[in-house]
Amino acid sequence: MAMNYNAKDEVDGGPQCPPGGTAKNRRPDNTAFKQQRLPAWQPILTAGTVLPTFFIIGLIFIPIGIGIFVTSNNIREIEIDYTGTDPSSPCNKCLSPNATPCYCTINFTLEQSFEGNVFMYYGLSNFYQNHRRYVKSRDDSQLNGDSSALLNPSKECEPYRRNEDKPIAPCGAIANSMFNDTLELFLVGNESYPTPITLKKKGIAWWTDKNVKFRNPSGGESLKERFKGTTKPVNWVKPVYMLDSEPDNNGFINEDFIVWMRTAALPTFRKLYRLIERKSDLHPTLPAGRYYLNITYNYPVHSFDGRKRMILSTISWMGGKNPFLGIAYIAIGSISFLLGVVLLVINHKYRNSSNTADITI
Amino acid sequence: MAKINNSGQRILRKKEKQVRYLQANSRELNSTFGYPNNTIKTSRYSVFNFLPLNLFEQFQRLANAYFLILLFLQLIPQISPLAWYTTVIPLMVVLSITAVKDAIDDVKRHQNDNHVNNRSVLVVMNGRIKEDKWMNIQVGDIIKLKNNQPVTADVLLLSSSEPYGLTYIETAELDGETNLKVKQSISVTSNLEDNLGLLSAFDGKVRCESPNNKLDKFTGILTFKGKNYTLDHDKLLLRGCIIRNTDWCYGLVIYTGPDTKLMQNCGKSTFKRTHMDHLLNVLVLWIFLFLGGMCFILAIGHGIWENKKGYYFQDFLPWEEYVSSSVVSAILTFWSYFIILNTMVPISLYVSVEIIRLGNSCYINWDRKMYYAPKNTPAQARTTTLNEELGQVKYVFSDKTGTLTQNIMIFNKCSINGIIYGCGYDKNGQKVKVSEETEKVDFSYNKLADPKFSFYDNTLVEAMKKGDHWVHLFFLSLSLCHTVMSEEKVEGKLVYQAQSPDEGALVTAARNFGFVFRSRTSETIMVVEMGETKVYQLLAILDFSNVRKRMSVIVRTPEDRVMLFCKGADTILCQLLHPSCRSLREVTMEHLDDFAFEGLRTLMVAYREVDNAFYQAWSKKHSEACLSLENREDKMSDVYGEMEKDLMLLGATAIEDKLQDGVPETITILNKAKIKIWVLTGDKQETAVNIAYACNIFEEEMDGIFIMEGKNDETVRQELRLARNKMKPESLLESDPVNTYLNTKPQMPFRIPEEVPNGNYGLIINGYSLAYALEGNLELELLRTVCMCKGVICCRMTPLQKAQVVELMKRYKQVVTLAIGDGANDVSMIKAAHIGVGITGQEGMQAMLNSDYAISQFRYLQRLLLVHGRWSYNRMCKFLSYFFYKNFAFTLMHFWYAFFSGFSAQTVYDTWFITFYNLVYTSLPVLSLSLFDQDVNETWSLRFPELYDPGQHNLYFNKKEFVKCLVRGIYSSFVLFFIPMRTIHNSMDSDGKEISDYQSFSLIVQTALLCVVTVQIALDTTYWTLISHIFTWGSLGFYFCILFLLYSDGLCLMFPNVFQFLGVARNTLNLPQMWLIIILSVVLCILPVIGYRFLKPLFWPADVDKIMNRIHLWTRHPLLPPTQTKLRHTRPRRSAYAFSHKQGFGALITSGKTMKDKQAVLAAHHPKGAGQGPQKAGLRPKPRGSGRRKALRVTRGTHRSEQLGRWASTAGPEDRTNAPSGGAAGGKARSDHRLRGCRGARTLPTRPERRGAPACPSCSTTPGGRETRPPAPQPPPAPSPPARSSPTVSSDCPCGDTPQLTRAQLYRCIHISFAGPERAQRPSSQPRDRGGGFRTASPSQAVGALCPFGPWFRSWYLPESG
Repeated sequence: MAMNYNAKDEVDGGPQCPPGGTAKNRRPDNTAFKQQRLPAWQPILTAGTVLPTFFIIGLIFIPIGIGIFVTSNNIREIEIDYTGTDPSSPCNKCLSPNATPCYCTINFTLEQSFEGNVFMYYGLSNFYQNHRRYVKSRDDSQLNGDSSALLNPSKECEPYRRNEDKPIAPCGAIANSMFNDTLELFLVGNESYPTPITLKKKGIAWWTDKNVKFRNPSGGESLKERFKGTTKPVNWVKPVYMLDSEPDNNGFINEDFIVWMRTAALPTFRKLYRLIERKSDLHPTLPAGRYYLNITYNYPVHSFDGRKRMILSTISWMGGKNPFLGIAYIAIGSISFLLGVVLLVINHKYRNSSNTADITI
Repeated sequence: MAKINNSGQRILRKKEKQVRYLQANSRELNSTFGYPNNTIKTSRYSVFNFLPLNLFEQFQRLANAYFLILLFLQLIPQISPLAWYTTVIPLMVVLSITAVKDAIDDVKRHQNDNHVNNRSVLVVMNGRIKEDKWMNIQVGDIIKLKNNQPVTADVLLLSSSEPYGLTYIETAELDGETNLKVKQSISVTSNLEDNLGLLSAFDGKVRCESPNNKLDKFTGILTFKGKNYTLDHDKLLLRGCIIRNTDWCYGLVIYTGPDTKLMQNCGKSTFKRTHMDHLLNVLVLWIFLFLGGMCFILAIGHGIWENKKGYYFQDFLPWEEYVSSSVVSAILTFWSYFIILNTMVPISLYVSVEIIRLGNSCYINWDRKMYYAPKNTPAQARTTTLNEELGQVKYVFSDKTGTLTQNIMIFNKCSINGIIYGCGYDKNGQKVKVSEETEKVDFSYNKLADPKFSFYDNTLVEAMKKGDHWVHLFFLSLSLCHTVMSEEKVEGKLVYQAQSPDEGALVTAARNFGFVFRSRTSETIMVVEMGETKVYQLLAILDFSNVRKRMSVIVRTPEDRVMLFCKGADTILCQLLHPSCRSLREVTMEHLDDFAFEGLRTLMVAYREVDNAFYQAWSKKHSEACLSLENREDKMSDVYGEMEKDLMLLGATAIEDKLQDGVPETITILNKAKIKIWVLTGDKQETAVNIAYACNIFEEEMDGIFIMEGKNDETVRQELRLARNKMKPESLLESDPVNTYLNTKPQMPFRIPEEVPNGNYGLIINGYSLAYALEGNLELELLRTVCMCKGVICCRMTPLQKAQVVELMKRYKQVVTLAIGDGANDVSMIKAAHIGVGITGQEGMQAMLNSDYAISQFRYLQRLLLVHGRWSYNRMCKFLSYFFYKNFAFTLMHFWYAFFSGFSAQTVYDTWFITFYNLVYTSLPVLSLSLFDQDVNETWSLRFPELYDPGQHNLYFNKKEFVKCLVRGIYSSFVLFFIPMRTIHNSMDSDGKEISDYQSFSLIVQTALLCVVTVQIALDTTYWTLISHIFTWGSLGFYFCILFLLYSDGLCLMFPNVFQFLGVARNTLNLPQMWLIIILSVVLCILPVIGYRFLKPLFWPADVDKIMNRIHLWTRHPLLPPTQTKLRHTRPRRSAYAFSHKQGFGALITSGKTMKDKQAVLAAHHPKGAGQGPQKAGLRPKPRGSGRRKALRVTRGTHRSEQLGRWASTAGPEDRTNAPSGGAAGGKARSDHRLRGCRGARTLPTRPERRGAPACPSCSTTPGGRETRPPAPQPPPAPSPPARSSPTVSSDCPCGDTPQLTRAQLYRCIHISFAGPERAQRPSSQPRDRGGGFRTASPSQAVGALCPFGPWFRSWYLPESG
């Protein structure tokens, strides 16, 4: 007979003596909380609440879906694959690694004019920017201009941390693999001489990235001095302080660089490359017609079956062209509505039978 | 059993070989043995070892150990996809919550320990008394204990303030019995008394067994002054006892601190785990397997990917140096995924479960409706780990006495001479139901009445006042024929000590109606009859036994008539009646039927006037039978039989064995909840069955009740099969599925499926038959039979058997058992059952201390089970379903993402989200759900006990439900991954910036996930309190706040590598896509659930759903108030049993042993002969706190001589039997053992000169004084049948001469005893007293001590003195 010994019980002698003595009253407090009587709202799942829900969801989703779908469809978008895997492609020649630098030109026609601001993207496929080792291969301190991290980048950057005993700036696989094709767009007008389209290269990165997250190291006069003691990433041609001529778009705050550093979530992605601002309300930004694209082909993707694309797109309040959301909304709305009808019928049929088979209590 | 015992004893024997030596008052010597001091330590930790020890204990838990391993895995950078803090922070929080809880518990224990250890005690040191702390007490010290003090350590009783070194203790702490026990020191030490010089010089050496946990075993030898004295447990005061009724006593410390029997007994009780815990363990194992499988799949995927793509992608992402091939990479990835997917096993699961259980336990403690005001005790959840099990109980094993019944007997009705009394009638002659308002009978005419006694029928009192002869005789018989002892601390305030409450009730009734039993000595009974004191000579008690089922007393009335009064079971007594009572018997039997109808315990009362000569002859025979050594039992019963015949029927009594309040209702409700209630009682079959009917365990409508009373294997088997044949004949066929199942000889842990009988049956089995039935081959037979019965009564059970029955049920049935009881004999059962409930009642605290829940009334059980249990169960199930669901939905997202991230173990979420998800974002809503949710409120729970059913079959959370959670989780994660993925794919925001970057995607997915799980829990919540709203929506809001904090510039710039998501919140939360995604995901995740929940009751309606429908209907249209179910009225049945006390009590009375002071007087008077065996349990000394009888103290000399005399007499009891002592070796010189054998039928050979003319009850006057009795020879009262007239008492009762003891003398005695110790002038008829003073305090004792029996003792054993 084992006992659960408790010193307190030995002392107190167990239950308190009856009331009337000095023993304190041990009646529990009469509070709603302690007595589990908190006022409460008790929703019940009944036909009266469930069926309308289905119908309402249907009725709301279908118009929304249609709206989104229509908006998405109104967006102009053109996508040009310039990887050059097709032997007939003008860029096919650039697939061999020997031809550097390699230039190629792709012609295309816009059937309809692009109005408003037009955005130019480059798209990569089969490029695993979201691979775990790739994603972490960067040093945010360094990119933020931390001088100690500049000269001593984080271990995460391996194997692109140091090159020839000098720290790499910017370090890591992401920076090292920065997209370095140059795209130029020309409108082949009625005139024989093609007009180049002005491509704005600023304003393509998030404001927070450009102004907060990415900063050039402080110190010295020129950018070059600030990056003193570092070396360029292995794959790069030029060091980081020579990315652009404009000082506010050079070094770590180069917007092309910033955009690249914001890694994509999926292996097929597009990144904003240039802006084509609309000039006036009267003329379309990109009138319908023939265009050609000049490509300085530097970026090798063939080895891993990657694809490179150039995308031109207009934009709506909803962003770019993506019919998925609209279709999904329409589909779910319809299903919900249908389900509502089915449930209504079932309910009508079964409720009666279950009511007649009443419980006997 | 026997085997176990033997082996147990063998082990014990081994232990006994180690012997403990000690010497009193010799600390130097004792310290060489290295005994511990008296410090007790129940705390587990100290300040220094808390951290390591607690952590060690915590990491012994599987889940914690798992996370520790995980932590180490994460520290390997090659495989770790997550930052170390994702596991460390939750683990730290979890560990610290548990640690804080443990620390608080331990601090309490420390405080208690300190409190106990620092109590002061008086120690004898060098001839002086010193005060010291408990913890400083050493083995060999002599300590002084005072009244009402707890005993400090296990001490050997040396001497006490009481004569013979007697000490009274209460052992409620140890064995739960509240009655006082007597301990007695050996003579040589009791002589030390409180002489400090002697005590400190005492150098006895003790050799005794080493510490063990046997409470009732102690052997040792005391060597003192060259002599050896054996010691047994009667001399040992155990720690935990409380000294009562003893002013002081001295003891020698034998065992201290951890060596004490109390501490040796407090082995850790087995930790009870719920079915849910087991299920959880199984599920966690499943999850592990599932996790392993997923990791394996993903690792293979990774291998393939690295081979096909990753290898070629090395231009941009080279392999690490140590990765030689894709296989190596795959192996590493396996572990990476193992880390990532660790959230499948929810780290906070166990902590959350503990918090929820704690909360629900608090509700039990806080429930006012389970607070019992009269005792000031709320319900108490003593363990916080079993709550949900309360909602799953299928079998309740209940004790009877003190649990179902109050163990209070109430004199309810009586039938006297053919007239029934006690049924209240109002003025119109209508029967009224007794309620609070019913007017009680006024007993103010009787100063000695017990104010607590209530009676509702005035006619009886009127009859009493009128002086109805039969009524008087009836109550006289009740006031004489019993073995109750009285105590009168304050004059007029009588306290009865009855061994059986039935007797107490009868005597109390007689007392109130005017026949007050005031006091007794071994030879007299003093009764105050309607204000007039009379002393009856008690000639013999023909005591109760189970066979006889009756008891009688033979008294000589003051009128010198010899009367026999008898009470007993009607079945027996009927056969002993005089033929002339036949018609009265018929009437009375009808009344008894009426009484039985109401479930009352009945007794018949009869008397007989015995011819003096006949009595003398009988008395002689009786003495011979008493002294015979062979066949004493038979001879005695023959002798008794001679006397108890030709009885004249007086009437019958009906006693209500008062059930606790609301017991039948509770049992009806529990029955409706399909909880089967078994009564396991040590009581007799008749009583148990009676109670079973009274509280609806058995119903009259039952199709049959089987009684198992076989005395061997075969008969028991036959009985069981017979019963089964009736209940379900096909279960005996070979083809029965259960039989075929059993024939396959399944492995040991197998379950017997539920079988449905063809009706409602009850079963009664007694302990003897059960012993056979519990043997191996009959076990299953028993179980199958018994489980088909609705109600089962097991009577005559030993505590061990109670536990065996519970164990049997646990072994073969997948059900939850609950045992409820209040006494020490229920402890084994309480500990064996899944849930032990203790009734905090009169019978001590043992049951309570071992229980998991303590309630003070049986009726609270329905609330505990149907309300708290059901809620706890529902909440726990909801919690678990939701908890698993949310973690699956959360974790499985990584699985889908693997296909798009090269199986690289990239997480979908920000690491901070992973860290906080379980701990912060989703913990509060789920807590509010599991602490506040109520599907229906308490009223409905009790109104529809059927709602309890799902718990019993564990319908709300089982493996199937778990799989459903998994499926739901997979679905939700699928939706939550692919909807955002497809939406952001190639999408831009309205600025043209692409939104498909990893960080935005993370944010969208995690926000959508959080919204979905929040809406999901909102859907699960059926009881929305303000707190639920705050917690649920607040958590979601809090998430956004945290988001802005974590992604804020400041934090990110401080630690750019830790907080990388700078600005994501600002950029992404603006996106209309994001909100559209969230809405779509939520709807997509919720719609199927709503549809399923809506359709399920339509397609597969369960009873519960129908009831819920009805409740909802009523809640909305409160036109139909719920009606209370009415209890069916029971058909008449024969109950007829009353005595519940054990035999052997009469012997103690006639021995006079219980009257301590009287002994002292006697001893003082007869110094050489007053012997006294050790007092044993069974006698009831005065209750605690009787601040008594020390008014007059004998001088030391006398005291000493008492002892001398006593010890002299112990030498040879045989001599005394034949001692021709006219006085000296008087009354007390009987050996105890003989006394017991004689079963109380101690007749008193009366001295001739005392035999005055007996006064008959109907004599109008006695010489002594005023007579208030009614005139004697009246014709019998009107309704009595004519047959009665023949042997009336009055007709053949000679009235006459002076009784030998007049009332005046009696009063003088009382007066003397009050006056003081000076010698009273003895009445002339009294023989000389040569003793010293008188030691009495209370008048009753004075009477007992002085007047009647002093001289008688001398002739105690004399043959008929001529």
